[in-house]
Amino acid sequence: MLKRAQRLFAWLLGPAVLMMSHQSLADEVEHWGVNMTQGVTQMSQEIYGLHMNIFWWCVGIGVVVFGIMFYTMIVHRKANGAKASNFHESTKLEIIWTVAPFLILIIMAVPATKTLVKIYDTSEADLDILITGYQWKWKYDYIAEDVAFFSSLSTPADQIYNRAPKGPNYLLEVDEPLVIPTKKKVRFLITANDVIHAWWVPDFAVKKDAIPGFVNESWTYVEEPGIYRGQCAELCGKDHGFMPIVVKAVPEAEYLEWISAKQADAVALKALTEKTFTFDELYTKGEEVYAKNCAACHMANGEGVPGVFPGLKGSAVALGPINTHNDVVVNGVPGTAMQAFGGQLSEVDVAAVVTYERNAWGNNMGDHVQPIDVLKLKQGK
Amino acid sequence: MAHGPAKGLTRWLYTTNHKDIGSMYLWFSFAMFLLGGVFALVIRAELFEPGLQIVEPEFFNQMTTMHGLVMVFGAVMPAFVGLANWMIPMMVGAPDMALPRMNNWSFWILPFAFSMLASTLFMEGGAPNFGWTFYAPLSTTYAPPSVTFFIFAVHIMGASSIMGSINIIATILNMRAPGMTLMKMPLFVWTWLITAYLLIAVMPVLAGVVTMMLMDIHFGTSFFDAAGGGDPVLFQHVFWFFGHPEVYIMILPAFGVVSQIIPTFARKPLFGYASMVYATSSIAFLSFIVWAHHMFTVGIPVAGELFFMYATMLIAVPTGVKVFNWVTTMFKGSMTFETPMLFSIAFVILFSIGGFSGLMLAIAPADFQYHDTYFVVAHFHYVLVPGAIFSIIAATYYWLPKWCGRMYNETMGKVHFWLAFIGLNITFFPMHFVGLAGMPRRIPDYNIQFADFNMIASVGAFLFGAAQILFLWNVIATIRSGKPATAEVWENPEGLEWTVDSPAPYHTFSVPPEVK
Repeated sequence: MLKRAQRLFAWLLGPAVLMMSHQSLADEVEHWGVNMTQGVTQMSQEIYGLHMNIFWWCVGIGVVVFGIMFYTMIVHRKANGAKASNFHESTKLEIIWTVAPFLILIIMAVPATKTLVKIYDTSEADLDILITGYQWKWKYDYIAEDVAFFSSLSTPADQIYNRAPKGPNYLLEVDEPLVIPTKKKVRFLITANDVIHAWWVPDFAVKKDAIPGFVNESWTYVEEPGIYRGQCAELCGKDHGFMPIVVKAVPEAEYLEWISAKQADAVALKALTEKTFTFDELYTKGEEVYAKNCAACHMANGEGVPGVFPGLKGSAVALGPINTHNDVVVNGVPGTAMQAFGGQLSEVDVAAVVTYERNAWGNNMGDHVQPIDVLKLKQGK
Repeated sequence: MAHGPAKGLTRWLYTTNHKDIGSMYLWFSFAMFLLGGVFALVIRAELFEPGLQIVEPEFFNQMTTMHGLVMVFGAVMPAFVGLANWMIPMMVGAPDMALPRMNNWSFWILPFAFSMLASTLFMEGGAPNFGWTFYAPLSTTYAPPSVTFFIFAVHIMGASSIMGSINIIATILNMRAPGMTLMKMPLFVWTWLITAYLLIAVMPVLAGVVTMMLMDIHFGTSFFDAAGGGDPVLFQHVFWFFGHPEVYIMILPAFGVVSQIIPTFARKPLFGYASMVYATSSIAFLSFIVWAHHMFTVGIPVAGELFFMYATMLIAVPTGVKVFNWVTTMFKGSMTFETPMLFSIAFVILFSIGGFSGLMLAIAPADFQYHDTYFVVAHFHYVLVPGAIFSIIAATYYWLPKWCGRMYNETMGKVHFWLAFIGLNITFFPMHFVGLAGMPRRIPDYNIQFADFNMIASVGAFLFGAAQILFLWNVIATIRSGKPATAEVWENPEGLEWTVDSPAPYHTFSVPPEVK
């Protein structure tokens, strides 16, 4: 903090030095991040162009209007012996300053309209990805490839609570990024499972609300491989600031390889459903699953947030019949923030987390669930 | 008619006097300004550095929500109603408001509304945490239990505003002194007349939307619940149909205030009076057809997007006319820079900057990058703080000698101005930068790339907050022991309010004045 304060101080005194070289000024602008990103797609660059265009119009108008204002404030002051005139009307002037701004607006509206129409053209995509916002993570569904996974914040709590130094991608890093191929038109179908979220990646200039019951469309075409980061842009509850977006753009060959690997993983995971696990295996695995999926609301200590999210420590569900507990996790509780995790977690994960919740924090029920039981519940048996 | 105010507490409880009620509105508003300010400082303290230090995200969201609600409904709106109460009867030469008993009622329900709202902070589950825009379903299915109290508080605030507006319209249309035609009314009266119509048009819409929420929460309807066949986007359409005119409700009376002050200190009549009236009316009309520019990213079809973009850009025209008129009023005047004038000039400059960023936000494709970032936060604070708040402060300095018969301390007023001016620019200007660089609004923690500007903004916020204590001090010192003010107070100011004594007698214009 002291270091930052020193830098601020240097910055406040620094402008004179900076002005000496244009290059260092540009560097400084870059370093401080004072402007919109130009991004990496044609659309993001067009939007940046629109932004700069209207910005300079505003600067121009501002210079003229404020210039006249400051001139009059300096010259026409009583202390300088200025005598007040009495003019107070001019239809000609009123017409001029109604029509002139109108013409400027038309000049600005034309390119904006063209860009907007292009942004709305979501046709002829090479690839469709369904993006679903959840409190507080994103689900990416490669519709044609039968691959789906969740992507959630991977910044450790120690960094957030200032017990460990913060990394450069603090709060902008996830466990599993969205992977897309370069030089392909990728269409995003955006929706939400609970409340409204917004999927935003500044480098693509894609920001679209994820609304339950609606499927919004957007698209991008990325030329260069790279890692691009964004955040949820619509207030969605407690952890709104903690559900980033990371997109990894890779060449097509690499993308295809990745997709096959994901498909193989899914098959392997399915096979595990048949396996019988020991209590310890389930409990250990359950602790991980809990930390990633449940702790945001029910908290790591199982005590929840009073009045908002119920605790699990000593709760009726965790100490009640095991089938009810399974059912709550798999199907959720309609009309509350408790989501249906049946579609989000594998059978193994559900079995593990239920086992964990029934035995952690002194709940000590001593019982456990096998993945096959969860599968039966999901199939309605 | 030597009949003065009653004594003791009942004077204030039972009063039907427009001056007493005006004062109560203004003091209430200042109390809410401080309360909302404390919420804002909690936000800025947490954002001083990256990481979570002072509050948890859950409470942070309650602070952003309560800050917005208290400032909009508790500080800005009641302050303008207070100014209207004090000044409109004196400006049009009426003895009081048209409906004095309703006037008492519309003030006295406000403290109940805000006590109810503030009490939610102490309830289990905490205060409303879904933002002052309370988008469903976050504010319905996923809301804390205190949302019901929030809904009733909004109902009461709405009832108060509607009654206040009816009163203002009735006063202006029926109680003007003989000879005061509509086009001779001071501009403050004109802007309030138009504002009052806006309020009557949209407060019922707000009441409607919160009632639909109430139904969804307690009576099993599904207006905004997609799972029950409802529509979360409908909420936003209805909310912003209220919300956009609401923005102008908070700024039109401010236009009126500076249109009174600038001519006085430029010693020159207001330039383009008629065009000011027409421009205000155009802005009011346009405010009804631009609401979806708050929703450019919800996925409205391209035709709708274009319509709302064009309509929004159009607002720049009448707004520009107003700014040009103010500048031309100053041009070739004989200017002095007393505190009200300083606040009014800062209003014109900083409100224009807020207008520029508004014009940028109107460009729908660019809005895809700006939307829901700190750029938006910077924009609306530039129009509301140096806009609405500065005009209220300017009005207070301008008319305070008339209200209490004593002159405020000019040096202290100027110090207050410069601290507030510097503080607000340090607070809100860097928000443009972090917003453009990609910082979303309403987040309790952020990436380290945003750290420097957030630290600067937090320092500015505390400076701005501290400056208001000076304001309070100055006002109290003036009332208690300021130097006596003359009836005119300023040099040849225009308006009927300057023809009565300072302090204005408890009853003014019992006999209507003659207006030539």
